[in-house]
Amino acid sequence: MTGNQAAGHPAGWVAEALRAHDEQDPAGRTERPGSPQPAPGTVREEMVLDRIDRARRARPRVKEERITMSHGAGGKATQTLIEAVFLNAFRNPLLEPLEDAARVHVNGAKVALTTDSYVVSPLFFPGGDIGDLAVNGTVNDLAVSGAVPLYLSAGFILEEGFPVESLIRITASMQAAAQRAGVQVVTGDTKVVERGKADGCYINTAGIGLIEYAGPLGIAQARPGDAILVSGPIGDHGVTIMLARGELDIEADIVSDTAPVNGLVASLLSKVAGVRAMRDATRGGVATILNEIATAARAGIMVIEDQIPVRPEVRGASELLGIDPMYVACEGRVVVVVDGAEAEQALAALRAHPQGEQAAIIGKVTADPPGIVQLKTAFGGTRIVDLLVGDPLPRIC
Amino acid sequence: MRFVDEFRDSDKAHALAAKIAALCEPGREYKLMEVCGGHTHTIYKHGLEDYLPEQLTLVHGPGCPVCVIPMGRMDDAMALAAQPDVIMTSFGDMMRVPGSNGSFFDAKARGTDIRMVYSPLDSLKIARSNPDKRVVFMAIGFETTAPSTAMTILRAAAENLDNFSVFCNHVTIIPAIKAILDSPDLRLDGFIGPGHVSTVIGCRPYEFIARDYGKPVVVAGFEPLDILQSIYMLMQQLAEGRSEVENQYARVVPWDGNMVALRAIGETMELRPYFEWRGLGFISHSALSVREQYAKFDAERLFSVPGVRVADPKACQCGEVLKGVLKPWECKVFGTACTPETPIGTCMVSPEGACAAYYNYGRLTRTRVKEATRS
Repeated sequence: MTGNQAAGHPAGWVAEALRAHDEQDPAGRTERPGSPQPAPGTVREEMVLDRIDRARRARPRVKEERITMSHGAGGKATQTLIEAVFLNAFRNPLLEPLEDAARVHVNGAKVALTTDSYVVSPLFFPGGDIGDLAVNGTVNDLAVSGAVPLYLSAGFILEEGFPVESLIRITASMQAAAQRAGVQVVTGDTKVVERGKADGCYINTAGIGLIEYAGPLGIAQARPGDAILVSGPIGDHGVTIMLARGELDIEADIVSDTAPVNGLVASLLSKVAGVRAMRDATRGGVATILNEIATAARAGIMVIEDQIPVRPEVRGASELLGIDPMYVACEGRVVVVVDGAEAEQALAALRAHPQGEQAAIIGKVTADPPGIVQLKTAFGGTRIVDLLVGDPLPRIC
Repeated sequence: MRFVDEFRDSDKAHALAAKIAALCEPGREYKLMEVCGGHTHTIYKHGLEDYLPEQLTLVHGPGCPVCVIPMGRMDDAMALAAQPDVIMTSFGDMMRVPGSNGSFFDAKARGTDIRMVYSPLDSLKIARSNPDKRVVFMAIGFETTAPSTAMTILRAAAENLDNFSVFCNHVTIIPAIKAILDSPDLRLDGFIGPGHVSTVIGCRPYEFIARDYGKPVVVAGFEPLDILQSIYMLMQQLAEGRSEVENQYARVVPWDGNMVALRAIGETMELRPYFEWRGLGFISHSALSVREQYAKFDAERLFSVPGVRVADPKACQCGEVLKGVLKPWECKVFGTACTPETPIGTCMVSPEGACAAYYNYGRLTRTRVKEATRS
């Protein structure tokens, strides 16, 4: 098979992908599917899986000509975009770890810096609004980096015609969230665009915090034997937003979990020495975080479906809609990787905090297979939990 | 959660698995086809194959509505969507299906008005609130979804809506099963029958499979225990030398089907003389079009579409996968050139497609699974 044979497909990347595929593993190409095989099935399958592993490690490239909604979904397409475009343009050692916040040294002080934009629709939803989301999201990115969040900026992009009353409501909830998290909004920016060029109100916040925690933190620190915890039930925020849009005619008694986690995180770090990494499970949900950990640490992860806390309302709505709560966004939940020997201590520390009462140990880091997240299903089977390409629920935060 | 957890009970699964293993004759290989993509999804999502003995293989069938839409029809849909003042509405899983000039998602990014809907009735809402636009619903699916399209056409007719039409791509399951039975490539021992389709057509249409081809059929539900039980029922039939149609999904599937739904389909749609299926080629009397009487709701009559047959990329082996001749991983481009992110073929697109299910959930050999669960 040569690239020419696929030339009938005007999408040029197909031909290119096939060429890359052929170059990648000439040795593995001697066998033709469907023809008699010298090797037994499982061995052949193993060879194919190895080939796929190599393909997945290949340098990411954006194949689409234009940005699609998938590029904003937090899954594979987002990751490819970040690595192929942004990382490629800005590459430097501080950016490269692609953690929730950059860790920079300023005059001997360790400072965490992060930014995030918020385009959630609807702007107001049960349990919160775009305002507290914008504060909590940035506070949480700092907190899980081991920093004490201090100062935030707030940039507003407003659509012509947006009610001032709504803006006042949003800023009031931002201020309340900032007070709860112990941070201040100290600088800002306002832009207005013509009607139809934005959807009401978009907010960008950036934040800095001081890193006082001495230990190394980062998903690349995870190693076999470590335990994985979540700080509470997952998927509340995503499902709340989806139901709040009212397109589905499903009602459930459920609110967003949007909250600052800096108190919870500080309490955990003060009680447990073996914390290796923390992430707030926003877009893409817990499954995406687990995949990022497995990739960064070149380790496997095994999670137990039965042990993952999910509210019945979230499970019910997800069942109906055919989505997996593992991929649904949370806005106040932390995934923690901790030394296996300290798993119970970490669980106790999380549960001692009001925001972590329903924390659970959901799995462990394994040596093999590297880069792959496996799930032991409640049914008793085993399967992979991969990154999603896109997201069934756009504009969740 | 009630009505869900009962059907995912691992103790019951272990008990069934032991009974299935006991029914296997030593040295005999068993190949059972699950016709429906929904079953394929359940099998991988719950890791059901872990319960099966090595000598029993599940073969994934053609019952994935997104997978069987040929490239040419996708191009026709794109051409429709690009007409002035058209709003195309589609189920979410069609958004990523590649045509020769990209997918709906790509077209949307270029500015075409394509909207995702959860039900065809949502398209009517869009039509009502956009009277100056022409709303076209991309109708796909087997007899499972055809009734909802039929009801939507009837509703549009009752409301006398004149800016709504359907691009009808509904297909019927029986001719596809027959094409597989007549295909020389494959030796199957039995069929796990499609549960959702059967809620509409009932179990009688499968009788020829048992009678003329001597293969047992068990219509199955979509929870993992449903499928495990249907495998057990098939193995019992095989052990006893029977070939019958049995209904494991009796809590939902009536033996004679759903007459109201069938009447709605019959009222609004008729069989096409032939239709192209991806991978399976042209199959006669295998698809539905909108009846003359409802011509004003038929996008194919209202708009001109290219209607050209477009060959799949040569490297794509979706056809072999849909027929169950190849396992997903045996396709030459599986997982390297063709991934869920950049699908070359449809089987990698739909969550019900065998390739997507295997790639997303099952990319582990059974030996690897055993090692991993032991550690």
